[in-house]
Amino acid sequence: MSGHPEAAARFVADDAKAHWHDQSLWWVRKKRDAAAATVPDWEALRSAAARIKEHTLGRLADYLEEFEKNAVRSGAKVWFASDAAEHNAIVHRILAERGITRLVKSKSMLTEECHLNPYLEARGITVTDTDLGERIVQLRHEPPSHIVLPAIHLKKEEIGELFHGELGTDKGASDPKYLTEAARQHLRRRFLEAGAGLTGVNFAVAATGGIVVCTNEGNADMGTALPPVHIACMGVEKLVPRLEELAVFVRLLARSATGQPVTTYTTHFHGPRPDGELHIVVVDNGRSAQLANDTFRRSLSCIRCGACMNTCPVFRRSGGYSYGFVVPGPIGSVLAPGRDVGAHRTLPFASSLCGSCSDVCPVRIDLHHEILAWRQEIVRRKLVPVWKRAAMRLLAFILRFAFLYRLGAWLVRRMTPILPRAIVYSRWNVWGRQRELPPMPRRSFRALYRSRHGRA
Amino acid sequence: MKVGLFIPCLVEQLYPQVGMATLRLLERYGVRVEYPEAQTCCGQPMTNSGCSADARPLARKLLKLFGGYDYVVAPSGSCVSMVRNHFDELLGGEPGLDHLRRSTLELCEFLVDVLKVPTPSGRFPHRVGLHESCHGLRELRLGSGSERRVVAFNKVRSLLAGLEGIDLVAPARDECCGFGGTFAVNEEAVSCMMGKDRIADHERAGAEIITGADVSCLMHLEGLIRRARRPLRVMHVAEILVEAS
Repeated sequence: MSGHPEAAARFVADDAKAHWHDQSLWWVRKKRDAAAATVPDWEALRSAAARIKEHTLGRLADYLEEFEKNAVRSGAKVWFASDAAEHNAIVHRILAERGITRLVKSKSMLTEECHLNPYLEARGITVTDTDLGERIVQLRHEPPSHIVLPAIHLKKEEIGELFHGELGTDKGASDPKYLTEAARQHLRRRFLEAGAGLTGVNFAVAATGGIVVCTNEGNADMGTALPPVHIACMGVEKLVPRLEELAVFVRLLARSATGQPVTTYTTHFHGPRPDGELHIVVVDNGRSAQLANDTFRRSLSCIRCGACMNTCPVFRRSGGYSYGFVVPGPIGSVLAPGRDVGAHRTLPFASSLCGSCSDVCPVRIDLHHEILAWRQEIVRRKLVPVWKRAAMRLLAFILRFAFLYRLGAWLVRRMTPILPRAIVYSRWNVWGRQRELPPMPRRSFRALYRSRHGRA
Repeated sequence: MKVGLFIPCLVEQLYPQVGMATLRLLERYGVRVEYPEAQTCCGQPMTNSGCSADARPLARKLLKLFGGYDYVVAPSGSCVSMVRNHFDELLGGEPGLDHLRRSTLELCEFLVDVLKVPTPSGRFPHRVGLHESCHGLRELRLGSGSERRVVAFNKVRSLLAGLEGIDLVAPARDECCGFGGTFAVNEEAVSCMMGKDRIADHERAGAEIITGADVSCLMHLEGLIRRARRPLRVMHVAEILVEAS
């Protein structure tokens, strides 16, 4: 079975690049620490956000109705999609009915989740991702490797080479400013040609029917200001009750994500612009099932800041692709098995359970406990190899009886030092590939304790 | 005050000197310690591998052996976290469980929070790097941790800092060493890279000794250090506190 351990081992094998990836993301984590330190009562703000999410998710149906009513009143058309297929069909229908063949997109993890791009491209629509990192991975025919920093796995030299082939930049050029300018000129043409602009949604406000899009590059604003049709796609969990609650999340989002006090652009859309159209597609795609699950409900609070990825010592050293799911890292390891536990059964084990993710999460999702809960679920569903399960059972049996445990441990301690190294460190000893086994003392603590207290 | 000494399996079998140091340290502060000899393991390896049903009989055994003490003290943050944070899922509602969960403490937090020991006496003229094991740090809150914006504190460090002549070096990160129980074998490549990165961080900070409050992390780091023949030593906090006096 190929899963996270194998993909991670391939990533680690390129030691220099794995370290570069680790250090780049740790730098973002440190920026996050510094930004959080500028907010008095950061921890209280996190608690407030967690409570607002809990409240909103607890009466989601009511807030969705309120949002729809207010959005329609402001002139938007609201669509509901129960799954990815319905979402894709709705977007395609909006475009097809208007004869639109060119779509510009700004970053939306939801459309990645629904695999919208290949769906539209197969139906003759040219889709251009306009976020720089997204455009880079799109030109490479790759998915994003990180939800906030989609091209974080690439070095500027690799991007220079890509742009030389795709956009005609000078061979060997890797100056970020030069490459970015080339991308801007290229994207500008796409913006002008587009018949519609599609954006994600960071937050939707029930009380106003407004949606909020947070970006740094202004591409969402360009993509909604030039073409006459704006399609905004959101998961049902993006709702907040009122503007007052929105403020809590705006303070947390960019600080947690990139260490900025706020994203460069925080755009509020209330209805279409004059002579334009605004379509809001609200998607379930498994979220109701997640909401109904007491153990994993809290992970639905995720605001997609990526902080858990930047702090995760495993993610930083294994890369986003090792997770094989649209959302990688700790939150991905909770969400992915919720979609298909068989396909993603190695993800909850791709964690040392260090708990750093839970402590950076701006909405206080108890990520490492949910990861641990998935492990129980995966064993319950018999999705771990039989020999692993049997080994744990045997160990547990031995540990129930003190004499068996002592006998077994005594044998290991006495035998290991006298066996030839070639046997002890055979290829079956995974621990010993890069590590020495612990020293095998002749006497256990119990033996030392007994002789100290004058017992045999 | 009746204190039960909880010696986790790794300490009992592989690092008995850490158990002895814990015992001497507690006795030095006048604590009457009992060691229930029938103890084996808290069940953490099973729970962390998803086999919590297998851990239940072990948890029940531990409750039976240690339920009658005022305090249960162990030189291991992760085993204490198992009792405090996960026994509830295994034995919820069993009589005595709440008392056991409240009274089970990691060695350093027992010294700081219960005995309220003044600055420990002794001299330890070495450059020491403190590895803050994750379960101690983030499950038991032995320290504030770099993630949270709270008033900085560190119970393990505060004990070591009181020793004469000690030079507590400052590694750049307080990140996981990569042990993680079965993770060390399941995800061998990432686990070892994490461990090597921790060691390099401590070396850059100038440490000659890496210490910590969990032998499992130290076992992993020591295994990497010995294979790479690095000139670093690994010691449990209890060993340093005893050796210093």
